[in-house]
Amino acid sequence: MNEADLHFFIDSIVNYFKEVTKEKAITGIPYIKADKHIALEHTAIIGISGKRKGSIYFTANTEMLKKLAYIILGLQEVSTFEIKDLIGEIANTISGNVRQAYGSDFMISVPVVIDGDLRDIKFPNNIRSFVIPVNWKKFQSFLVVCLE
Amino acid sequence: MCMQEKKKIMIVDDSVIMIRLIKKYIEGFNIEVVGTAEDGKMALEVFKKTDPDIVTLDITMPKIDGLLVLEKMLEIKDSTKIIVITALTDKTTGLKAIKLGAKGFLGKPFTEEEIKWSICQLINKN
Repeated sequence: MNEADLHFFIDSIVNYFKEVTKEKAITGIPYIKADKHIALEHTAIIGISGKRKGSIYFTANTEMLKKLAYIILGLQEVSTFEIKDLIGEIANTISGNVRQAYGSDFMISVPVVIDGDLRDIKFPNNIRSFVIPVNWKKFQSFLVVCLE
Repeated sequence: MCMQEKKKIMIVDDSVIMIRLIKKYIEGFNIEVVGTAEDGKMALEVFKKTDPDIVTLDITMPKIDGLLVLEKMLEIKDSTKIIVITALTDKTTGLKAIKLGAKGFLGKPFTEEEIKWSICQLINKN
């Protein structure tokens, strides 16, 4: 992965928040992930296959996802099922949109959503993972990209 | 309003949030949501039962991929107007969907104006 790769993902997530909420997300400086996974309350993981291989995950807290659901659909009450569905859709959209840069050989899986820590999730040891902090309103979330 | 006659629409997406969003955005159109489905297999079953005029169809879905669903739906009824709504916004996917018979292609994320415009275009393509 190089700097250009990171920019594709940054553009994709910034565009997502801009389109969906009309409010820009501000991304922090990306950094290389240490051994331990960064996991907030909910995480959606997308597997990547084809010309590039690896995984992408987006992790966020319930409070942020509830606010997003309120903005998108006007929902005052959001079930855990809807929270998981929403974070899966965010990860799917961000990953799908980078195909504009990588082309259709960049194959994405359906999202797998996990609550809590990611201790059972293994990323390949030989590939560096980059963490992109994403700040929207008062909330912080993270996009983690691990690509060959 | 772009629709003189009431139309029947089916919404296919593996995200229930997206299904609700599309329903919300098309409220006020002369259109009835006759069915929804969250995977490709269910989509084909609901399609056969409800015979919609229009289908909004996601691509990345469990069980059967949306592009295969598109082909199968058109084999069943080739006059159905299908608009593919997907996060896979690369040109190749868009062209493939159109070649397979989709009448429209809309990338996620989309706005209310974009989906309304896309559906109106679809109806006016008669």
